[in-house]
Amino acid sequence: MEALLEILKGLHPEVDFETCDTLVDDKILDSFDIITIITEINTEYDVAVPAEEIIPENFNSAEALYDLVERLQDED
Amino acid sequence: MLFTSYSFILFLTVMFLLYYAVPKKCQWMLLLAGSYCFYAYSGIHFLAFILLTTVSTWYSARRITRIQEQQAAYLKEHKASLDKEQKKRYKASMKKKTKRWMLACILLNIGLLAVLKYTDFVISNINGIFHTGLTFMNFALPMGISFYTFQSMGYLLDVYRAKYPAQENAAKFALFVSFFPQVIQGPISRYNDLSGTLYEPHSLEWRNISYGIQRICWGFFKKLVIADRLLVAVKSLVSTPDEYMGVYVVLVILFYAIELYADFTGGIDITIGIAQVFGVKLAENFERPFFSKNITEYWRRWHITMGTWFKDYIFYPISVCPWMLRLSKKSREVFGKAIGKRVPVYLATAIVWFTTGLWHGASWNFIVWGMLNFLVIVISQELEPLYAKFHNRFHVSGKTWYNAFQILRTFWLMGAIRILDVYRDVPLSFRQVGSIFTTANWNELFNGGVMRLGLTMPDYLVLVLGALVMLAVSLAGRSGSVRDKLAAKPVPVRYLVYYVLILSMLVLGAYGIGYDSSQFIYNQF
Amino acid sequence: MKKKRAIALLLLIGLLIGGLWFLQRLFMPKYVDEIFEGRLIEEYYENAGGNDVMFIGDCEAYENFSPITLWEEYGITSYIRGSSQQLIWQSYYLMEETLQYETPDVMVFNVLSMKYNEPQNEAYNRMTLDNMKWSMSKWNSIKASMTEKENALSYLFPFLRYHSRWSDISTEDFTYLFQQEKVFHQGYLMRVDVRPVTTYPAATPLPDYQFGETAYEYLDKMVALCKEKGIPLVLIKAPSIYPYWYDEWEEQIEAYAKEHDLLYINFLELIDEVGIDFTTDTYDNGLHLNLSGAEKLSRYLGGILQETYGLTDHRSELETAAKWQEKVNFYYDMKADQYRELEEYGYLKSYGGRKPEE
Repeated sequence: MEALLEILKGLHPEVDFETCDTLVDDKILDSFDIITIITEINTEYDVAVPAEEIIPENFNSAEALYDLVERLQDED
Repeated sequence: MLFTSYSFILFLTVMFLLYYAVPKKCQWMLLLAGSYCFYAYSGIHFLAFILLTTVSTWYSARRITRIQEQQAAYLKEHKASLDKEQKKRYKASMKKKTKRWMLACILLNIGLLAVLKYTDFVISNINGIFHTGLTFMNFALPMGISFYTFQSMGYLLDVYRAKYPAQENAAKFALFVSFFPQVIQGPISRYNDLSGTLYEPHSLEWRNISYGIQRICWGFFKKLVIADRLLVAVKSLVSTPDEYMGVYVVLVILFYAIELYADFTGGIDITIGIAQVFGVKLAENFERPFFSKNITEYWRRWHITMGTWFKDYIFYPISVCPWMLRLSKKSREVFGKAIGKRVPVYLATAIVWFTTGLWHGASWNFIVWGMLNFLVIVISQELEPLYAKFHNRFHVSGKTWYNAFQILRTFWLMGAIRILDVYRDVPLSFRQVGSIFTTANWNELFNGGVMRLGLTMPDYLVLVLGALVMLAVSLAGRSGSVRDKLAAKPVPVRYLVYYVLILSMLVLGAYGIGYDSSQFIYNQF
Repeated sequence: MKKKRAIALLLLIGLLIGGLWFLQRLFMPKYVDEIFEGRLIEEYYENAGGNDVMFIGDCEAYENFSPITLWEEYGITSYIRGSSQQLIWQSYYLMEETLQYETPDVMVFNVLSMKYNEPQNEAYNRMTLDNMKWSMSKWNSIKASMTEKENALSYLFPFLRYHSRWSDISTEDFTYLFQQEKVFHQGYLMRVDVRPVTTYPAATPLPDYQFGETAYEYLDKMVALCKEKGIPLVLIKAPSIYPYWYDEWEEQIEAYAKEHDLLYINFLELIDEVGIDFTTDTYDNGLHLNLSGAEKLSRYLGGILQETYGLTDHRSELETAAKWQEKVNFYYDMKADQYRELEEYGYLKSYGGRKPEE
């Protein structure tokens, strides 16, 4: 989770990723951010996020994102 | 059938009347019949193409769902007896099967689109490079092929990704592909959004009829009074570009921007309005795009369904696909983190804009237009830290005049690159825009030059008023539905507004002999 | 609530229809200050009935014959149903329509329009068709006349054609919204000015001199219609030196007339006999005759018609004579007014005359 938060903070240091859960809905993360996050996740956790998982539900909060990462690690 | 034609109005009236006369569960069938009649009107032989896409997609999607259901059933049954490795291998092999169907269907349909639309473009380029004399094929394009193909492929990919099961009923699926209000120029609908509202029975609700007709009238107003009128001037300006340089090119940018906006949003208003009269809800395609402060915002507000389609089905898949991730890792190793993290984003963006340009038309004009959009996006991305510093220092963001500056900047920038739509070729377009800065003929605005473009002073007056009305409606729309606000007004006020709207559309519309009747821009798309 | 809404809606629709109808009348060109040829067709209806001779044709008919002269010299009552570039099918349907209103003793048709086999010009179509009263004849004439870019709906609802005049509306459009002004003399357009013939046109060879199938079709129809009603049809060619009347065309008409046993008079061959002098009898270098020429021609033709068909001299009938006296007065009033304008301005200012070049 720590590494993930670092990735997110690296993109938008002003955002409180611990609590915010409307990252996509409020357009805090745009499509560029999402791609960057995915490539960073790929580097950090060695999981590939498939395109069909790029849905608001998975990216709206750091927690949801971490759940996704764990789920993908599990499937591996 | 053009939206702005007598035959279409007749067709609509008949459809509306029949729709609420037939038993509710047959309404979607009526829509299907009407859609095919509408499509056949453009040429009976074209039906073959839309049928091919419909049938192939319907069938492939069903096969894919079958395999997915098979997989789910198998895994459930053998939950206990299989280990993780085995499950993984089984899923992979099933995935391979569905992938085959998906690829085959895409190849067939995108291939068909590519051949019909781009063969002559390819030939002309080959002729240009290799000095050959290949003859052009002059394939006639089926109406709306770019739209319905993309809409169908979106559906196919959704089913492939197991977002929802395939539609079993071929007729129902055929309606999704061919639904007549949207087949010409979108919006490009998602199956999960459209299917519910499209197939379910609809009882006659006054609000739908009233709001739908209002929206249709508003769309006709924009197209007939503003767009078709401006088209006369734009045509004069671009048909003899040598005569009209410098300040005239500024006029082209301005006129064409408004004309395209009025025409396209007008057409979409008609589309969504028609659907609403049927009780069917279509997605919005525009959200006051000229209020955008930067290019990214612009592309979230202009041709929304196209933007999201390219994002979901091209941008994301490409950016996260294995070879892109590998490329990204490699470039990170070779060029360092800064460049490495830009590679997937920019490469994917470039591909998206190349294909977006290509999708708009089989000519270098559109491709260059796409890449110019890409360039502006990259530049604005790279300039962000600079902007941040600037805003930290000067605290102008949010101020009205700064907002106005951003809006105007975006309007003129987007308008300038759009003129690749209207000039004959890329070099000419660049030359014309360049002449804005090199040709000093601003006095032309005041010496009657604009009176020789086919429009009279009363025409310009109508255009100014029309633009102001559009602006007013947009401004009002920011805080809620305009039609809701109108509905809250007393009856005499409401009806007066309708009356004026309808009469001004009929009187001031640039239709009939004496005006250049224009083909709807996206018709043969 | 539902009832109230229904009433409000009906009211809105009613007001819309009313508004559009009013605007339609407003936007339709009145042809008062200029191009009053556009009024020719509509002036017939108040003068229908009691006409023994009907002329049908294009400007060679309505500019070259004076029904007032026919009346004064022979007591013959007549009307000219003509309009600008009136095409042969338009003439046929006007003929058909006229027979709904009256049965003349003789029909006279000017054959120039045989040279046009296809729809020609939207503006001329409008002048001929817009002010015809609605009938099957009008509908058929519209269908036969429409050029490619025209639309039948715009004839049903001229609003659709003329709405673009919204920026050209003048006081004339309001003044003549519901009223008309008499301009013609039983369909004759009077011009007293003189512009003599300067050159005679040379015959430029044509690829094909055969009149078109459609033209013959409608000529046949005219013959059949007149035969059915027992009305003799007379074919004429007015003595206009433009457009050039080819010998090959002349042959075809002569042959046709012979075949169908019709009287055919080519006035181009009778110029001397009629006494036409192209230095005094034309107002536009020989395209059309002026008043002087038209009266000479009418005197001559009247004699032939009287002799051949034994037309009644109505001058002894009190009612008819009284009615026609009014027409005669109007005729001489206008003649005087036109001469006055010639003296004052040197050209026919309010009668469509061209200002002479300085």
